[in-house]
Amino acid sequence: MRELKILAVVVFFTLVTYWGVEPFAHSQMHKHVEGHGFTYNGTADTKEAEAGVVKAKESGSKEAEAQAKLEAKKVFWADVEKIAQLQGNAANGEAAFATCLGCHNGSGVNMGGVIPPNLDHAGALYDKNYLIALIKDPAMASNVDHKYEDTMTHPMGSIKTMVTDDQQIADIVAYMQEKMAGEVTSKQAFDEACARCHAMRYAKTTQLGDTPTFKYEKDALAHKIKVIEEQEMVKAYMGKLPPDLSIMVRARSEHFMETFVENPQAQLPGTSMPRVGLSHEGYEKVKAYLEEVGDPSKPAREAIGPWVLLFFVVFTVLAYLWKKSQWKDLH
Amino acid sequence: MAKFEKANSVNEWLDQRLAVETLKRVLSTEYWIPKDINFLWAMGMVLAATFGVLLISGIFLLMYYKPDANLAFDSVNYVIMSEVGYGWLWRHIHGVGASVVFLIIYIHMFTGIYYGSYKKGRELIWLSGMLLFVAFSAEAFSGYMLPWGQMSYWAGMVITNLFSGGSLEAYGLVEWIRGDYVPGDAFLTRFFMLHVLLIPLVIIGLIVLHFGTLRIPHVNNQEGAEIDFEEAAELYKAGKKKESKVIPFNPVFLSKDVFVMGVYFILFFYLVFYHFNFAMDPVNFDPADGLMTPAHIYPEWYFLWSYEILRPFPKDPGLIAFGIAQAALFFLPFIDRSPNVAPAHKRGLFFVWFWVLIVDMIVLTVLGKLPPEGIFNTLGTVAAVIFLLMGPALIVITKFEKKL
Amino acid sequence: MGKNVQGRRDFMGMALGGFTALGGLGALYAMKRSWDPLPSVKAAGFTTIDLSAAQENVLNIEKWRGKPIFVLKKSKDMKPDDRDIVIGEDRYHVSIGLCTHLGCIPAYLPDKRKFLCACHGGEFDTSGHQIFGPPPSPLEIPPFKIEGTKLVLGEAGPEFQKMLDAGLTV
Ligand code: HEM
Ligand code: FES
Repeated sequence: MRELKILAVVVFFTLVTYWGVEPFAHSQMHKHVEGHGFTYNGTADTKEAEAGVVKAKESGSKEAEAQAKLEAKKVFWADVEKIAQLQGNAANGEAAFATCLGCHNGSGVNMGGVIPPNLDHAGALYDKNYLIALIKDPAMASNVDHKYEDTMTHPMGSIKTMVTDDQQIADIVAYMQEKMAGEVTSKQAFDEACARCHAMRYAKTTQLGDTPTFKYEKDALAHKIKVIEEQEMVKAYMGKLPPDLSIMVRARSEHFMETFVENPQAQLPGTSMPRVGLSHEGYEKVKAYLEEVGDPSKPAREAIGPWVLLFFVVFTVLAYLWKKSQWKDLH
Repeated sequence: MAKFEKANSVNEWLDQRLAVETLKRVLSTEYWIPKDINFLWAMGMVLAATFGVLLISGIFLLMYYKPDANLAFDSVNYVIMSEVGYGWLWRHIHGVGASVVFLIIYIHMFTGIYYGSYKKGRELIWLSGMLLFVAFSAEAFSGYMLPWGQMSYWAGMVITNLFSGGSLEAYGLVEWIRGDYVPGDAFLTRFFMLHVLLIPLVIIGLIVLHFGTLRIPHVNNQEGAEIDFEEAAELYKAGKKKESKVIPFNPVFLSKDVFVMGVYFILFFYLVFYHFNFAMDPVNFDPADGLMTPAHIYPEWYFLWSYEILRPFPKDPGLIAFGIAQAALFFLPFIDRSPNVAPAHKRGLFFVWFWVLIVDMIVLTVLGKLPPEGIFNTLGTVAAVIFLLMGPALIVITKFEKKL
Repeated sequence: MGKNVQGRRDFMGMALGGFTALGGLGALYAMKRSWDPLPSVKAAGFTTIDLSAAQENVLNIEKWRGKPIFVLKKSKDMKPDDRDIVIGEDRYHVSIGLCTHLGCIPAYLPDKRKFLCACHGGEFDTSGHQIFGPPPSPLEIPPFKIEGTKLVLGEAGPEFQKMLDAGLTV
C-alpha cells in the first residue's frame, strides 16, 4: 500500500514536469493556427487583410493601402465563388487548355524563376476553387500578392490577359478535373506539387527531378552544376532556397505541416512560398510521400511495438511471481 | 607458486584461480540489504540497466555514425534511420534512454535526500553519485552534438560560450574548447571522442566506485534504522528469515529489482515505439546552420532547471548563480547539520524544505523552456532566488532540528 | 518446508531466465540485421560495361562491387572456351580479377597470352583456367546479362545461368 502511495507521488511529479516541458511549453512557443480543411474560399486571406488594416490603423501609416487590399481580396474571392457556380464544359476547356501547355509542358525549363509545374494530375491534386482562383490571378490565389507590386509580374501573371472570360476559366477547370485526374502515386503528388522548388536528397531528387546514376564523375558533376544553376534561379526568385524536405515530417509537427501547406502565410507571415492549393486528398498523398522518405521506420515500429510491449508485460508478470516466491517467508 | 589440487568441476577450477565462490558471496549472495526498503531502492539497478541499454544501442549507432560536420547529419538521419536494419530502433532506444536515464537519476537522488542516505558514513556514496550525475550530464551534452542538427549546433555554441566566464571574456578558452572560432569539424570530432570513449570510461569507473562506496555503510532503509548487519546476517543464515532485518542481494533483493525493472521497461519501450518525440527534439531534424538561430532554443529537459537559474540574471551574476547551482548539491552531506538519519516526514521542517526544493526545481524546469517574457521572467527570477536560498535555509533548519 | 521453497524459487527464477533469453534472441536478430550489407550497397551491385570498344588481346579492368573485373577480347589464335562470352562473332573472357588462391590481382602478359599472379606465382590462361601454381580453380565469372553489346554485371542472364549449371564457375 505504502509503495503504491509512493508510486503515486513519483508519477504525479513526473507527469507535472512532463506536462510543463512538453504540451504546455509547446502551446506557449507556437501560436495556434486554425486549419480550413483544405478548402479555399478566401476566409484566411480576408482575415489576414483585416488584421493588416487594424495594424495600419494602429501605426497610422498606409491605412488606405491596407483598406484597398482588403477590398481587393474580398472582390477577388467573391468572383472566384461566382465562377465556381458556372457549369464548366470540359470539351471547350480542352481547347482553351492549349494556352496553358505553352508553359506547362513538362519540359523542365525554368521560366521566370521556377520551372512551371507539370499538370498531369492537377485535377486530382488541387482544389477546384483554388484552380479557378489561380487562373484568375495567380499571385492572389497563392496568397503571395505582397511580393508583387502589380500581380501581373508574377511568372504566370500574363494569364490574366490570356484567359479573361469567366466561362473559359470554368471550362479549363472542368477539363482538368475530368481529364487530368487519374490515379496519382504519392511520389507523383510530391513531384508535381512541391519538387520544382524543394529538393529531397534522401529520395535522390532535386529541383530537376530524379537524379540519374552516373558512371563517370564528370557527368555527375555536370549534372550537379545544372542543379546548382537551377537552385540559384529559384533562390533569386524566392529570396531563399526552399529547404530540402527529406525529413521535414520529423522536423515539424503534423499540425504545422498541414496548416502551413494549406496557407504558408498563416505560419510564416511574409514567406515567399506560394499556397499550392492542394485538396485534402492531394495533401494526404504528399504527406504519405514525406513520411515514406522522412520516417521510413513507421511501419516497422507499428509492427514490432506491440510484441516488444507484450514481451515486457509477460516479463514483469514472471518477475512478480519470482519476487513473490522469494519474499514469501520474509514477513 | 601456490599449490593447486585437481579440480572436479569448472566451478572448482575457477574458484581455485579466481576465488569465484568468495566473490559471489561477497558481491551477491551474502551482500546484505535491509529488508525494510521500497521500490525506490531499485532505482540504482534500474540506472545500471539503463546504462547497459545505452551502451548496447550506442555500439550499433557507432558502426555507421560519421563524425564529420559534412556527413554526420545524413549518416544519422539517412543511413541509420533508413538504411541500417533496425538502425531506427537503436537510435530511438538511445535517444529515449538518454532522456529517461535522467528522470531515474533525479528520482534516485531525491530518494537519497528524502531518506537522509548521504549521512554518517554514506557521504562517499553521495559524492560518487554526484560525480556520476556530472559525468552523465557531460555524456548527454556531448551526445547531443553528434547528429549535428540545429539544436546540436546552437547548444554547442551557447554552452561553450559559458566558458568565457562573463566579464572575464576568456574567448581564448572558448576557442580552445571548440578548436575553432565556432563549433565546427574539430569541435564535433572531439566531442565524439568524449562521448564514445573518455566519458563512458569515466562513467564505468564511477559506477564501480559508487558500488564500492555502498559496501561498507550498506544501503539505508525506509526508517533510517541502524542495523547490525553481521548479527542480522547470522540470523538470516540460520533460517530465521522472519526475524532477520536483512536479505541477501541475490536472489531476494534482486527479484524485486527485476520486477521494478520490468515495469520500467514497459514504460521505456512504450516511449521508444510510440512517444519518442519528447526525447528527440524536432528542431534537431533541421541540419546545423551557422547563419540561422532557431526561433526557440532550450536545453533538453533535464538541464532546464539550472539553465533557468542562469537566465533571469545579468550576465555575471547569472554565471555565478549557475555555478553555485551546479556545485550546491555536492555539499549536501556537509550542510545538512542534523545527525538524524531518518525519512523526511520524521524530520519536521526538513520535510517542508524537501518539498519546496522539489516544487522549486520543477517550476524552474518548466520555466526554463518557456520564452523569457513577462510573467514567466518574474516567476523565473523568484524561483531562482528561492533555489539559491535553499542552501542557507537547510543549514539553519537542520541546525535546530530536534535529535530523534 | 525449506526444500519446497527452494524448488519453487528455482522454477520461477528459471522461467523468468528462459523467457528473458527468448527476448535476448530477438535482440540478437535485430543486431544481426544491423550488420547486414546496406540496401544501397546491394543496389550498387549492378554495373553496366560496354564491350563494343574492346580491342583484341588488350586487358580492360572494370570495377564491380569493389572488385576488379577482367575484360579480354579474344584474338583468333586464342583457344575458344565454354567460359567465353560470345557476342556476334566476338569472344570475350570476363572474370573477377582476383586470384582464386588468396585473392591477389594477377597481371596480364599479352605476349605470353596468360595471367601471372605475383603473390605466389599462380598462372591462368586466357580463358581463366589455372595452368600453374597454387590456384585451385579457374578465375570466377561474375553474374552477367548480355544486353546488345553491353554486359550488366550483377544480374544473372541465361548465358551465365548455363555456365553456372555446367559448373564452369561458382
Ligand atoms: C547512472 C548513475 C548511477 C548508478 C548506476 C547508481 C547505482 C546505484 C545503486 C545500484 C545503488 C544501490 C541501490 C539503491 O539504493 O538504489 C545506489 C545507491 C545510492 N546512490 Fe546511486 N547510482 C547512480 C547515480 C547516483 C546519483 C547521481 C546520486 C546522487 C547524487 C546517487 C546517490 C546514491 C545514494 C545516496 C545511494 C544510497 C541509497 C541508500 O543508501 O539508500 N547515485 N546507486
Ligand atoms: S594469391 Fe595468387 S597465387 Fe597466391
